[in-house]
Amino acid sequence: MPLLTVENLNVTFDTPDGEVHAVNGLGFEIDAGETLAIVGESGSGKSQTAFAIMGLLARNGWADGHVNFDGIDLLSLSPRQLNKVRAEQIAMIFQDPMTSLNPYLKVSEQMTEVLKLHRGMSNREATKESIALLDAVKIPDAKSRISMYPHEFSGGMRQRIMIAIALLCRPRLLIADEPTTALDVTVQAQIMALLQDVREEFGTAMILITHDLGIVADSCAETLVMYGGQVMEQGPTQALFEDPTHPYTLGLLKAVPRLDRDQDALEAIPGEPPDMSSPPQGCPFSPRCPRVMEICQETHPALERSANGVLRACHAEPEAVR
Amino acid sequence: MLSFIIKRLAVAVPTILALIVFSFLLMEAAPGSPFATERGVPPEVLANLEAKYGLDRPLIERMGIYIWNVVTQFDFGPSFKFKDRTVNDLIAQGFPVTLTYGFWSFVVAVVVGGTLGILAAVYHNTWLDYLAVGISVGAQVLPNFVMAPILVVVFTLWLGWLPGGGWRGGQWEYVILPVIALSTSYMASIARITRSSMLETLNAQFIRTARAKGLPMRRVIFRHALKPAMLPVISYLGPAFVGMITGSVLIDVFFSTGGIGQFFVNSALSRDYSVIMGITILIGSLTVLFNLVVDVAYAWIDPKIRY
Repeated sequence: MPLLTVENLNVTFDTPDGEVHAVNGLGFEIDAGETLAIVGESGSGKSQTAFAIMGLLARNGWADGHVNFDGIDLLSLSPRQLNKVRAEQIAMIFQDPMTSLNPYLKVSEQMTEVLKLHRGMSNREATKESIALLDAVKIPDAKSRISMYPHEFSGGMRQRIMIAIALLCRPRLLIADEPTTALDVTVQAQIMALLQDVREEFGTAMILITHDLGIVADSCAETLVMYGGQVMEQGPTQALFEDPTHPYTLGLLKAVPRLDRDQDALEAIPGEPPDMSSPPQGCPFSPRCPRVMEICQETHPALERSANGVLRACHAEPEAVR
Repeated sequence: MLSFIIKRLAVAVPTILALIVFSFLLMEAAPGSPFATERGVPPEVLANLEAKYGLDRPLIERMGIYIWNVVTQFDFGPSFKFKDRTVNDLIAQGFPVTLTYGFWSFVVAVVVGGTLGILAAVYHNTWLDYLAVGISVGAQVLPNFVMAPILVVVFTLWLGWLPGGGWRGGQWEYVILPVIALSTSYMASIARITRSSMLETLNAQFIRTARAKGLPMRRVIFRHALKPAMLPVISYLGPAFVGMITGSVLIDVFFSTGGIGQFFVNSALSRDYSVIMGITILIGSLTVLFNLVVDVAYAWIDPKIRY
């Protein structure tokens, strides 16, 4: 049985311009200890999917469908039950380490409160365990630095602290929402390497949300490509990247700079991501798709398994796209 | 921190001296005299009076003597109107009164206003929010010169529960109505500021982090959100506290409490120079002091502020 099963997930926001459908009928599975990348442009619903799983949607948003974590339907839990799942079973790290730690509280408090609450530890035990975690994420001199405030750390160090906080209760699933986007490139590589290490050490499954395909290729076995709140393509990362058969995936890959090919300019996907308050009928990518056909604008393509084992939602035949 | 406080107190001395000089010049520029009455005073008598109170000397000399007396002996001089009493007497008599009802008004305004503001933000866009906003708007638009008579009509004339005026050394039943009348508009402002800054804080990313850690909402609000949400409120509270403990002429007149708010306005009307100066210096010093308290509170809350 998969660790997490998401079925027919919809996320809707009530806004002054009407209802916005950020995620539409999304489904995927992840097994214990596995890694899944969710990729897509800004506004494709990646982060909202994560927030929906964690019950952290903004006040004007709600989720329906099924999110089954190890036999529990997360969407039907009371706030109190959900608080037991958060941190203990599923932990999350966020995009911007500069704003995701509380600037008014010492790092020690932001760490020990988790252990005191979920593990019933004393202050002394919790502090000892927190220092051990900071050591694990390679914060130098953790013993004395734990009593500092977040602003006394660099961005990369703060993201390490966030990872340490997320791992405090040894969760079975870690959701990393663009963990390296706000960091500079060398620090990005360090953080990704660290995530890989701790994931293996702690045996944690991970959902990595990113728009950086370079990161995905190195770190995740499975990839899910999202657009307009829907799955465009899903399958083993290698198959997806080496033999892309979906016009959107193809477009994303062409927009990645590569050293091993001789290219003058990067090819961008023309147009803008859809306005989700009035999404296009049919396939959400149809207004920007180079392979668009009449049927694409009328009906949404079903997610079907193609010959190379990849699930794809596209009316065009794989051969036609290649 | 200690050196910051000492530095700030050192700066307060020239600030208050400048306040004295400006107040002195303004009083001098205003027409009228403490001895001008409707019937008029014979010129010889006036000359005698002015000589007695030193008003015949040049401005600079008077100012110098005044500052010297204030600094060396803490003596604010005799009142020009109340013949046998000094300014120190008047303040000693009136300030404890305003301090008492002002302090309780502050406590009520902070507790009620803060609670309403937090509730409104946490239950944003629910009936509780609308109720809290309704109460604070109502309290804000009801000026205390309307509030005070309503309170007296209801609690004194109709219900007969509380006296409609007097002080009696600050017995509790005499304090309640002045406190309600004075605190309502401050309470409304505090509720409004607390609500908006709490709303902003609750949308911060670090609040989402706190919730992702599975903390109960109570801890998220009181441990993670309250400190940052209080910053704008605290900068309002410093001046508001001074405003409350130095009283209000309306409260003093309406409830006959005998606080310094009443003395202050009467002294300005009757050109009672020494009383004006005394109360001005009192309010000025308190303002300087509580602005310092606000700055210290800021540093205590926000670890990024270090003096």
